[in-house]
Amino acid sequence: MATTNVITKSRAELIEKFSKPEVISGSEILLRSLLLEGVDCVFGYPGGAVLYIYDAMHGNTDFNHLLTRHEQGAIHAADGYARASGKVGVCIATSGPGATNLVTGIATAYMDSVPLVVITGNVMSTLIGTDAFQEADITGITMPITKHSYLVRNVEDLPRIIHEAFHIANTGRKGPVLIDIPKDVSAAKTLFEPVTDVNIRGYNPTVSPNKLQVDKMIKAIKEAKRPIILAGGGVVYSGAHEELLEFVTKTEIPITTTLLGLGGFPSGHDLWLGMPGMHGTYTANTSLQKADLLINIGARFDDRVTGKLSGFAPLAKIVHIDIDPAEIGKNVHADIPIVGDVKTVLEVANQVAERAELADEWRSEVMASKTAHPFKYIDSDDELKPQWVVEMIHETTNGDAIVTTDVGQHQMWAAQYYKFNKPRSWVTSGGLGTMGFGFPSAIGAQMANPDRLVVSINGDGGMQMCAQELAICAINNIPVKVVILNNQVLGMVRQWQELIHENRFSHIDLAGSPDFVKLAEAYGVKGFRASNKDEARQVWEDAMNHPGPAVVEFVVRRDENVYPMVAQGSTIDQMIMGDAE
Amino acid sequence: MMKHTIAVIVNDQPGVLQRVAGLFGRRGFNIESITVGASEEVGLSRMVIVTSGDDHTLEQITKQLYKLIDVIKVIDLSANPMVSRELALIKVQAEHTARPEILGVVDTFRASVIDISTHTLTVQVVGDTEKIDAMIELLKPYGIREISRTGVTALNRGNQK
Repeated sequence: MATTNVITKSRAELIEKFSKPEVISGSEILLRSLLLEGVDCVFGYPGGAVLYIYDAMHGNTDFNHLLTRHEQGAIHAADGYARASGKVGVCIATSGPGATNLVTGIATAYMDSVPLVVITGNVMSTLIGTDAFQEADITGITMPITKHSYLVRNVEDLPRIIHEAFHIANTGRKGPVLIDIPKDVSAAKTLFEPVTDVNIRGYNPTVSPNKLQVDKMIKAIKEAKRPIILAGGGVVYSGAHEELLEFVTKTEIPITTTLLGLGGFPSGHDLWLGMPGMHGTYTANTSLQKADLLINIGARFDDRVTGKLSGFAPLAKIVHIDIDPAEIGKNVHADIPIVGDVKTVLEVANQVAERAELADEWRSEVMASKTAHPFKYIDSDDELKPQWVVEMIHETTNGDAIVTTDVGQHQMWAAQYYKFNKPRSWVTSGGLGTMGFGFPSAIGAQMANPDRLVVSINGDGGMQMCAQELAICAINNIPVKVVILNNQVLGMVRQWQELIHENRFSHIDLAGSPDFVKLAEAYGVKGFRASNKDEARQVWEDAMNHPGPAVVEFVVRRDENVYPMVAQGSTIDQMIMGDAE
Repeated sequence: MMKHTIAVIVNDQPGVLQRVAGLFGRRGFNIESITVGASEEVGLSRMVIVTSGDDHTLEQITKQLYKLIDVIKVIDLSANPMVSRELALIKVQAEHTARPEILGVVDTFRASVIDISTHTLTVQVVGDTEKIDAMIELLKPYGIREISRTGVTALNRGNQK
């Protein structure tokens, strides 16, 4: 991958370089502080209120700046970067429309607990509140969707604020932090000394669990006849995949991983039941409903997982492990609440965890169900089935790719048919369900992992929401493989209109979409198309062998549905199984 | 629905009221009254919020408040003995003939008259919410022109901080 810059300086070298107190501008402080926080790549878009910041970046070779073609692309890329690396994603936008174009991306990151530091310019502080040109109250607008935000009033505060922002974003329950910098603050000069300590009185996340609560969980495991683990994004975010595997190995409890938890546990493991919820596996859903002990590890009992809440896991004693105390008891009452970082909690638990010895019968029942009820679809030799395409991609990439998705049917098929074995290999907008996320997030994921294969799976709808970022793939030779499962319709809406709204198909036809191959080529990206299996295998191989970015359009069956499906308002064991079952 | 009085100690920062009020609004928590002022410590403000909801709601309110970086401490005042006071200014229609009666009510409530005009009296009353409600009821027959209430401020009783 030939990107713009190569990062050469270590943090130690940078601290050395910047340690001498020096009078510099707010913009220069921002850049130095970003470097000191270990940032090697930022995504952004310049404008009037960030002119000083971009001026300071002129000729900078210490980190990469990717100029996206829309601020939304920048923030989704920063999000993908963060999810695929565990580092804080950073993006920069100007005031007013630049800032408001970030809103969807900030909300996306907030819902999925992704650490971002979002830097916006604002109008000069003397103009704030006057409806000045390109003024927007972005701290006010984003208050409900940020973990915290700062409006910088004095340049002297900037080093502390940036250091705090990175700390807040990437500790506790992670999330986006916004720093709004008025233009005069980015221009003003002050004495800069790197900030190394953090002292935020109102912020002290609980990391270590209460040992008594962990003991209660261990006792509950001993007594359980039908235990199950529900593991979520918290496992991935706290880097607890090894600890989780050890916990399951020791307790031998069957495990289901939520959409965001995919990759947090090896999918090849016997005890893995797949994903639960609206489009989850038969076995995960029925097992949750039959379980007498449910251990939630870093998941938040989202409504797409629980289905009808009052009927969810009706027989289970609930253990809930979460870094965010507010999640415990929010949707589902916890009999044994455990507040703490998932990795730390599991380390403590693994010291005393024992096999769930009363659960042998349950294990056999669950394993038999897993064998009897895999995801199924009716394949065809006449037309491409989207599920087949995902399976083909999985096989040809050995399950080792980083996969990003957009939102809709293709997202669910990717979750169902791509089998993940490693954490941080799956980038998808779960909570907010943001169309337009899939492709730009792949750019970020690739920037964070230059040596890994990144495949972005999209629908023909969502691809058109951020397609403009093909430009930066071409210019920087970012070798993302962009898959478009083109069914020429808004498939998930079509499915709901068919199944729930009695075939009243309303405004879902995507006729008039561009020729995606030509679109790719217009940007200077290699384009491919396939309409049957032979073509599909061939163009996919060609795309994989192509050293740069590629767009691969698979023309798939229009009216395919995602199954199983739990209709909204049903309990999760009331699944519509589809024709293949 | 149980009524709860909670104190929220917050950083005295711009926007902090918006953060707290916004949180209540977007999560569907009710605010019956809210007061904000300086606390015993420089740099910290004390909000007193009267809200209603069951124990689960109160627990969520507390936990969600703690997620705000500017929130230092949340105290469920009504879980322990507390003193709570509210101040109200009531401008009441007061023709000459009615004044002695109104002043009688003012005396009984240990309220005070803080402004007199040709046709009105403005009464200041301090007490718990029920006392102020009662006084308003008694003044209604004379014709209430305007009411301004501060909302409840409160502290726990006794030695505990």
